[in-house]
Amino acid sequence: MKTFIIKRLIQALAVCLVISMISFFLLFLNADPALVLLPPEAEVEDIAAFKKQMGFDRPIIVQYLDFIGKVIFHADFGNSFVAKVPTLKLLAERVPATLKLTASAVLIANLIAIPLGILAAVRRYSLLDNLSTLIALMGQAMPLYWLGIMLIIVFGVWLGWLPISGSQTLPHLILPAVTLAAYLLPANMRLVRSGMLDVLNQDYIRTARAKGAGEIRVFIVHAFKNAAIPLVIITGLQFSILLGGTVVTETVFAWPGLGRLAVNSILMGDYPVVQAIVIFFSLCVVIGNLLADILAAFIDPRIRQE
Amino acid sequence: MLNAAPPLLHVDGLKKHFPIKKGLLTKTVGHVFAVDGVDLFIRPGETLGLVGESGCGKSTVGRCILRLYDPTQGRICFQGNDVAAIQGRDLIRFRTQVQMVFQDPYASLNPRMRVREIVGEAIRVHKLHPGRSWREQTAHLLREVGLSPDQMDRYAHEFSGGQRQRIGVARALAMQPKLIVADEPVSALDVSIQAQVLNLLDRLKERFELSYLVIAHDLGVVEHISDRIGVMYLGRIMETASDRDLYQKPLHPYTQALLSAVPKAEAGQRRKRRALLQGDVPSPINPPPGCRFHTRCPEAQSECRNIHPAMIEITPGHQVACHKYAEGGKDCP
Amino acid sequence: MQTGVLETTRQPRALTRPSRIRRLWTKICRLRMGILGGLILLGLLAAALLANWLAPHGPFEQDIMSRLQPPAWMPGGSSEHLLGTDGVGRDLFSRIIHGSRISLAVGLSAVILQVLIGVILGLAAGYYRGWVDSSISFMVNVMLGFPFILLAMSLVAVLGPSLQNIIIALGLTGWPIFTRVTRVEVLKLRDMEFVLAARSLAFSTLRIMSKHILPNILPSILVLATVEVARAIIRESLLSFLGLGIQPPTPSWGAMLAEGRDYMLMQWWLAAFPGLAIFLSALGINLLGDGLRDLIDPHLRKD
Repeated sequence: MKTFIIKRLIQALAVCLVISMISFFLLFLNADPALVLLPPEAEVEDIAAFKKQMGFDRPIIVQYLDFIGKVIFHADFGNSFVAKVPTLKLLAERVPATLKLTASAVLIANLIAIPLGILAAVRRYSLLDNLSTLIALMGQAMPLYWLGIMLIIVFGVWLGWLPISGSQTLPHLILPAVTLAAYLLPANMRLVRSGMLDVLNQDYIRTARAKGAGEIRVFIVHAFKNAAIPLVIITGLQFSILLGGTVVTETVFAWPGLGRLAVNSILMGDYPVVQAIVIFFSLCVVIGNLLADILAAFIDPRIRQE
Repeated sequence: MLNAAPPLLHVDGLKKHFPIKKGLLTKTVGHVFAVDGVDLFIRPGETLGLVGESGCGKSTVGRCILRLYDPTQGRICFQGNDVAAIQGRDLIRFRTQVQMVFQDPYASLNPRMRVREIVGEAIRVHKLHPGRSWREQTAHLLREVGLSPDQMDRYAHEFSGGQRQRIGVARALAMQPKLIVADEPVSALDVSIQAQVLNLLDRLKERFELSYLVIAHDLGVVEHISDRIGVMYLGRIMETASDRDLYQKPLHPYTQALLSAVPKAEAGQRRKRRALLQGDVPSPINPPPGCRFHTRCPEAQSECRNIHPAMIEITPGHQVACHKYAEGGKDCP
Repeated sequence: MQTGVLETTRQPRALTRPSRIRRLWTKICRLRMGILGGLILLGLLAAALLANWLAPHGPFEQDIMSRLQPPAWMPGGSSEHLLGTDGVGRDLFSRIIHGSRISLAVGLSAVILQVLIGVILGLAAGYYRGWVDSSISFMVNVMLGFPFILLAMSLVAVLGPSLQNIIIALGLTGWPIFTRVTRVEVLKLRDMEFVLAARSLAFSTLRIMSKHILPNILPSILVLATVEVARAIIRESLLSFLGLGIQPPTPSWGAMLAEGRDYMLMQWWLAAFPGLAIFLSALGINLLGDGLRDLIDPHLRKD
């Protein structure tokens, strides 16, 4: 078990390193930071002097090593080209908003997915089950940003119930959180359903029923407890979907989180910020996968052998 | 029975160890000693039966001979050339001369191919019959194995298990091999079909001047078609003898135990004692020292636990690896 | 998951064993859904191929006098413009029809690129195993650890926003799922006896992979590819929506949605209909994919 965890940890770190490398090369291939930073009327000599001063004239591999060294040893991602402040400070300001959004979305999604999934499994092939299949299919095909905009039009513009952008109060949170939750809902619901179906067919559930335990008790206590495991695991694996979703949701609702910062930074060519967000996101994804792996290995010893 | 021709195939000290990998840098923590020092030979036109319980490494021997597995150690001499480590063009040339008939008639035929492709692909790809179209040759081969060429355009799943095995035989024949390794060729078939396929193999042997290595877990299967039989246990050969010798004068306690499990038709031929095997086959990851069989042998002595018995020839062509028969042994026949 | 008569009587029905009629009905529904999906995709294809004949107006034809007209059935709408007009008086319906070309072109080409990269790498990883497998699997992990949207946006930012570059960006980011599926299938197949037989027949590795292994995994790849086309269409529209995709005035559904967003307070249809087009196309393709899955290999459907 220990070697398994260590192995996965090293793998995860390696993945993050390679991601940082790819995104570094990609972004610095893209545009000349000097052109982003200096006013357009700058002379050729000025640009050259500036490049030398900032170290942009060095070979890219040296620049990368310099960059990653600072990241690892000083947690220094450089300064934002646009805001001229340390990138990390910029990120730290945005994290709470993203956290608030994602946490509420996961909560909402599971509050709906778990009961629906259980019911769909228990009453398999019923109207409700078919309905849940339909919801899953539609969810797969739904462009998230369109859903967000339609929610704004209906609940913000037509009905006037909820504010359409901003982030100050709880009502502001509702539409973005629901949008993001809709993104997670189908997969979670299918997972609860199939997990429940697996468990319900197992002997100990039949035994519990035969012993006369009440239906509700069987489903909640015995079955769901075991079906919940894949749900916990999948939540770890869902980080990448979740973070991708925040990028879209935050853009649509002008939510002041990391996702919107990322989009704006890419559009403005503020590469230190993009770079930092990419690394941060991929760390989240990789750690999420790692936790899911470890959890899965704890539960199912066969996985460790692989 | 004995002929002096140089062997077609001569396997010498064959070992195949599968590494078990574990840990951080996938370091090898142990080996499965699937085949651990096997010697055997097959003369031209001869059928050698290789018998043993499942997991004893007999299939691995077959796959090593075909070079589907790379042997860990040992020599595999085919017509005097060592083929244990050949690569590239030499390997291709070698493979046209040795073919395999597989155990599972369902898994051994590609479900997405028609019969004519399964049998004819090799003829077409390797241009084996320049004088004849590959279709004609395929039809000819199907006829030889007792199938109708009209069925050429069908898929394998439209055939019964026995017919599928015939298709597998035709595929092997397409390469015009000198040696065919048949790995449990009938164990997946109904008993009523088994004899048909075995008879087919026997008949083809004459027509195509073949030699066989027939692998089986059941002595009853190899009895009728083998000239000689080797008995394998945990990666080693315990006894080899001619067909008749092995059945009438089994020497090794393991062979005796195996034979006592074969149902006999003749009522008069009852064996003197029934040696029933006790316990399980030990793991090939950690095979017992000394004689591999001592953990289950009813006659095991202290030397059996420590010293690996050498192969000794008792009568011409009858060899056994057992301390019982070693010089100075108590119990010589 | 066969339900025998015995089992149904032994088990209480409420517990996961539905009646046969219900199951049959569900099966028919699924089949119907697949056909419905096929019809939607057919409609999409027709719209893309016959856009010039189907659309009542040209996609760039501006009629500034009738700008921001509501759909025909609303007060102030005219039958001239079925779904209304946009800020410069272009016919929304015609632009949506023309937009199907972009969506289909990007969806299909991107997935072809993904399949090419993904299947080749998956075949290599599964067949050769060892260090080839380790390094390819590592690459897959890297790609899956990369937040897709940021990678695709950065790629488009590097390459420049154009139809061709969006296809490249989507192709370069979407292949890992094909590699994963292919690799697992190859690992299952490569030790099957018919593959061993092909090896003992002295066929080349290339022949074994292409003639013996690949045809057996093609059905799974086809089903996956269908679903991935829908995903690629959604992703293209997302990139265009974020301003890093197809550039206006080219009629792409995502870019139209982005324009429509500026008018969402008053002219809701400008955002609603392009999005509906994306949604329906993706839904149709997914339905078709599910139907194909049931048709080709019932075992693939897990439940």
